[in-house]
Amino acid sequence: MLAPAVILTLIFKYGPMYGAIIAFKDFSPIKGIMGSEWVGFYNFEKFLSSPNFTVIFMNTLKLSLFGLILGFPVPILLALMLNQVRRAGVKKNIQLLLYAPNFISVVVVVGMLFIFLSPTGPINQLFNLFTDEPIMFMSRPEYFRWIYILSDIWTGAGWASIIYVAALANVDPELHNAANLDGANLLQRIRHIDLPTIRPIMAIVFILAAGNIMSIGFEKAYLMQTATNLPTAEIIPTYVYKIGLQAGDYAYSSAVGLFNSVINVILLVTVNFIVKKLNEGEGLY
Amino acid sequence: MFIKHSRLDRVILMLNSTFLILAVLMVVLPLIYVVIASFMDPSVLLSQGLSFNISDWSLEGYKKILTNPAMIRGFGNAVFYAASFAILTVMVSICAGYALSDDRLKGRSLFMTLFLITMFFGGGLVPTYLLVKNLGLLNTVWAVIIPGAVNVWNIILSRTFFKGVPKELREAANVDGASEMKIFLSIVLPLSKPIIFVLALYAFVGQWNSYFDAMIYLDNPSLHPLQLVLRSILIQNQVDPSMISDQLAMAEMKKLSEIIKYAAIVVSSLPLLVMYPFFQKYFEKGVMVGSLK
Repeated sequence: MLAPAVILTLIFKYGPMYGAIIAFKDFSPIKGIMGSEWVGFYNFEKFLSSPNFTVIFMNTLKLSLFGLILGFPVPILLALMLNQVRRAGVKKNIQLLLYAPNFISVVVVVGMLFIFLSPTGPINQLFNLFTDEPIMFMSRPEYFRWIYILSDIWTGAGWASIIYVAALANVDPELHNAANLDGANLLQRIRHIDLPTIRPIMAIVFILAAGNIMSIGFEKAYLMQTATNLPTAEIIPTYVYKIGLQAGDYAYSSAVGLFNSVINVILLVTVNFIVKKLNEGEGLY
Repeated sequence: MFIKHSRLDRVILMLNSTFLILAVLMVVLPLIYVVIASFMDPSVLLSQGLSFNISDWSLEGYKKILTNPAMIRGFGNAVFYAASFAILTVMVSICAGYALSDDRLKGRSLFMTLFLITMFFGGGLVPTYLLVKNLGLLNTVWAVIIPGAVNVWNIILSRTFFKGVPKELREAANVDGASEMKIFLSIVLPLSKPIIFVLALYAFVGQWNSYFDAMIYLDNPSLHPLQLVLRSILIQNQVDPSMISDQLAMAEMKKLSEIIKYAAIVVSSLPLLVMYPFFQKYFEKGVMVGSLK
């Protein structure tokens, strides 16, 4: 019964890992992966010494890091706020609405961004009250990260709060009563009762997010790219796609992708180690 | 609850409600805007924005989008991909999860490691593409359905679920002379409806909303799923000329293509948004079980 999963994993997960040796070769489609010449770390050196490297690497890192810093606290805040809503029906309905964007596809979300932020779109119509000059949101590099991250929060924060909401629901009300009798106000109770309850979950979510810092999704960034916002919008995954599948430089593109994966694994291990230290020995593994 | 709220507490609670209302508005307003805009007369929308006057409304956008062959085909393809992907991935995950939950299976931890490694490390885009190409799957529906069918997360979810099924149940059936296959099919499977449902729901929604695999593996437009059709309308601004007759002036065309975009968003997102409240508890269950590792 395990066979289908194992076979599919070997073919479609381990197959590409084996195929990744193409990164160390001067790949020629005629000779195939095995027949092509070994070139060692040539493709990696080519990437690391190319003028693109710093820009693309930093774009990837910044987009992800800022996304984590801005995005990580929002679901926690939402959950703490929802936890104060006493009437169960009201709480359910608020949650229902907050979760909705999670079910909208990335194509539609980016499509909405283009419509809303276009020079004649509703946001600019609003801004027209103050200034005549429309703001070219989607084509200016300086806005790309903000739009990317804020729209990510719009789509996912409500959904991401589920897990904290559930954890908070398990807090024994007696704890709050006792603290209240001792004169603790709402903020003190949140700080000393609610927050410690969800801390282990926060740690796990954080490790997982931080471990994925370099594996930020291709899907949204690619759709959001315009001819002129590339100086900040080009990230490693989109670059890999363009030089690999569009331009056909398979070996070089694989090397860039592999470089990214390795950094990712290193990050995951490091973050897990640090959080474990800070979190009294509780990490992901 | 006996909690007595001090004045400070009440102020905080009021702020809390205010912020929550703001959050809900921020989420909902863009959606409402799109829905209203989709019903607007194109020229009114461009000249004066939203209007709540019924005479300024029109169904033009919907007429164009619902009669567009590419949209209809994309819709059909998306249903097909999402359904077959869901069926395949559920079958694979349930079988693997069941096997891994059984103590009698030798080398369980070895297999788990085999799966877990793929969560953190992958071969990358180009080697995966070359593999799919070499297997002859390019431009076939299989390229979209098969490579993603093994999902480690799903396997862990179903393993956790099956571990919760009492062992005694299987043992009793074994004593009664039922074969392993019979035990799985007639005792375990009927009990696993919840997990099957959760996994299928997730797989269906995920596949329905994705465009990337289809974009790299499928050149043939007749195979394109809805999201790729939407991409060309919403992002690449390629409104199908057949949707707008050539006699119309450029300006008219531009107006119409705006309204078509809004209608396309509504038509493509509405089915999921309408369905999901009914399945909300299952989605939540999926997140919760997943968080238990």
